[in-house]
Amino acid sequence: MLKTFRIGGIHPCENKFSAGGQIRQAMLPERAVIFLAQHLGVPAEAVVKKGDMVKVGTLIGKSAGFISANIHSSVSGKVARVEAMPDMSGYRRPAIVVDVEGDEWEPTVDCSEELTVHTDLDAKDIIKRIADAGIVGMGGATFPTHVKLSPPPGLKAEIIIINAAECEPYLTSDHSLILEKSKEVIVGTALLMKAVGVTKAVVGIENNKKDAIEALRKVKTEGIEILPLKARYPQGGEKQLIDAVMRRQIQSGALPVSVGAIVQNVGTAFAVYEAVMKNKPLIERIVTVTGRGVVQPSIFRARIGTSVQSLIEDAGGFVGNQGKVIAGGPMMGKALSSTEVPVVKGTSGILLLPQEESYRRKSNNCIRCAKCVQACPMGLNPTLLMMATEFGNWQLAEDNYIIDCIDCGSCSYTCPSFRPLLDSIRLGKDKVGTLIRARK
Amino acid sequence: MKKELIVSPSPHIHGGDSVEKNMYGVLVALGPAFLLSLYYFGLGALTVTLVSVSACVLFEFLIRKYLMKQPLSISDGSAILTGVLLAFNLPSNLQVWIIIVGALFAVGVAKMPFGGLGNNIFNPALAGRVFLLISFPAQMTIWPVPGSFPPTYVDGETGATLLSLLNDGAGAKLPAYKDMLLGKMGGSLGEVSAIALVIGFAFMLFRKIITWHIPVSILVTVFVFTGIMYIVNPETYVNPVIHLLSGGLLLGAIFMATDYVTSPMSISGMIVFGVGIGLLTSVIRLFGAYPEGVSFAILIMNAVTPLINTYFKPKHFGSK
Ligand code: SF4
Ligand code: SF4
Repeated sequence: MLKTFRIGGIHPCENKFSAGGQIRQAMLPERAVIFLAQHLGVPAEAVVKKGDMVKVGTLIGKSAGFISANIHSSVSGKVARVEAMPDMSGYRRPAIVVDVEGDEWEPTVDCSEELTVHTDLDAKDIIKRIADAGIVGMGGATFPTHVKLSPPPGLKAEIIIINAAECEPYLTSDHSLILEKSKEVIVGTALLMKAVGVTKAVVGIENNKKDAIEALRKVKTEGIEILPLKARYPQGGEKQLIDAVMRRQIQSGALPVSVGAIVQNVGTAFAVYEAVMKNKPLIERIVTVTGRGVVQPSIFRARIGTSVQSLIEDAGGFVGNQGKVIAGGPMMGKALSSTEVPVVKGTSGILLLPQEESYRRKSNNCIRCAKCVQACPMGLNPTLLMMATEFGNWQLAEDNYIIDCIDCGSCSYTCPSFRPLLDSIRLGKDKVGTLIRARK
Repeated sequence: MKKELIVSPSPHIHGGDSVEKNMYGVLVALGPAFLLSLYYFGLGALTVTLVSVSACVLFEFLIRKYLMKQPLSISDGSAILTGVLLAFNLPSNLQVWIIIVGALFAVGVAKMPFGGLGNNIFNPALAGRVFLLISFPAQMTIWPVPGSFPPTYVDGETGATLLSLLNDGAGAKLPAYKDMLLGKMGGSLGEVSAIALVIGFAFMLFRKIITWHIPVSILVTVFVFTGIMYIVNPETYVNPVIHLLSGGLLLGAIFMATDYVTSPMSISGMIVFGVGIGLLTSVIRLFGAYPEGVSFAILIMNAVTPLINTYFKPKHFGSK
């Protein structure tokens, strides 16, 4: 029996059109828009100004707080401006715009493809390199990695869990990364183990990627277990993954390390490898461009700051009636209002849905079928939370753990009455969160 | 650039389940029992079902359109389902006008005034049945005996159901187990064949229309409770297997108690609900005045459902 998490979950149609595809280098943009906030926490502070020349890997934004991350230039050229640009939500946020000239890298970066396995760095140095390289959670959460690797005093990690579940339908970035860079991923994992001082790591990966499991098992090294998991959404949710791997459930509001786990995405493990062994900052990432709305579903290695539009063109452009463009997967991704926005550190995919797949159906009365309850991986009662939000009954919402909702969308996905459960719950969660913070 | 992009919050896909799919799924699951009832009760079964369904649909249509002035809801299938379930709980020789009264009560009193599908407290079909049972006790408790094929409607022999036989003292002329399984015994339309009902149950589980928790906890409870009584005093009480196979128990447990709207939301709540129905059914059957307790038991537990929902929450992630 394959391991899986123990509460709720759904199995959406996988639609992994680009599965196993080769990673292609995306075209260099003519102009890169690099945001100063591509991570959770405080935005970085710009350390370049208009007219400065930068290379690939030049530090252009400096981490500006405990939870913050460095930002590097992903291209070489001249800083055109430092100003607010529209991001994926449509808000203007401070960014550095670089007009690209050539492709010149900082000399400190080792650009060779050769595998480096050995390092004399100790835990502290590894974490420092990770911080310097501006690495953040690559699965989409974008929490600064070096912070996650330094648990608060009193808490001790026992195990590193590498999240290679890739449970979102359509997306196959992690899959291809593992196929092509299995050794690097494993070395990155070993570095993470060393950084937090544990001797055990588990790579959790959904069993629908058999070739990737094979590839990882071939390079398997001491202390790293490759663990196939049931293909079930949200297997890659941090709490769900820990439950699947360790049979331990994090309590409401607690950190993963409270049960001894530190979870890192497989893309993060690769970035850690590059940062520590190759001295390469986080300036590019793997992006799946897919869906029935694109000509050729593809997997790109794209520089941060490349526009979504140019990636779509790189994949052959739109096909059919253009409907939605989503940054991320269909369950948790964000629908874009414009394709003229740049790829950021957390962009795992661009999903193009044709019009036929883009509209929601009209919602009806709740028939109290409890299917949303059975689907919720956090053991919540989504229809009750929606009702509490609609009535503004914040106490009821709080008492029923609205704060624990992980935005996975399983409830809305399941509801036979097409009720927009998560839309409401999000609102309620924000409100209750504000109230709780106000009390403190 | 191109046309505007469509923007909405996540999730961007839907599993494709719908209210209609579930309602029509339940109707399909009722198919085997319906076919058998046609076989046993012939024209009578057909007449009762057609009258009940048409009346429920018509009443829902009228109320929705003229009283509530809201968009029509007929296509969701719930009125048809209420009609079929009501019919399944009626004797096949019931007068047409009584059926219509039952339908009016089910839709016009138990369902629509609360706001239609999703808001009612009581299972409409059961409410209709119990209303008729109280108002027309004579007509509601005489059943035609399933005859030889082709059966006749008007002059079918009327006979007692298994349970009323039981109430008259154990061991009277009980039908053979085989006849109970296949439905060759007196009873309401849909309740006579255990096998047909269980096939429907399997279908609904397979299509994930319902989960097993409510029916199984009802059946286990009735079996255990009546089993204990049987062991204690086999003279007075009958074999628990007969309780499982007889009367509306299977119909109620599989199709009526699992009504989405009127049953609890969490797994633990469903089990409490099922055990409650099982206990009440056994008590009414063994000690009460009515031979048949399922309908009352379910309605009572329907009323308790909001309370169950308050105290039996889904198992929360991270709770002990
Ligand atoms: S979005 Fe929130 S409420 Fe809905 S299923 Fe996921 S965790 Fe549960
Ligand atoms: S899935 Fe939809 S209809 Fe069913 S209980 Fe939840 S909100 Fe209500």
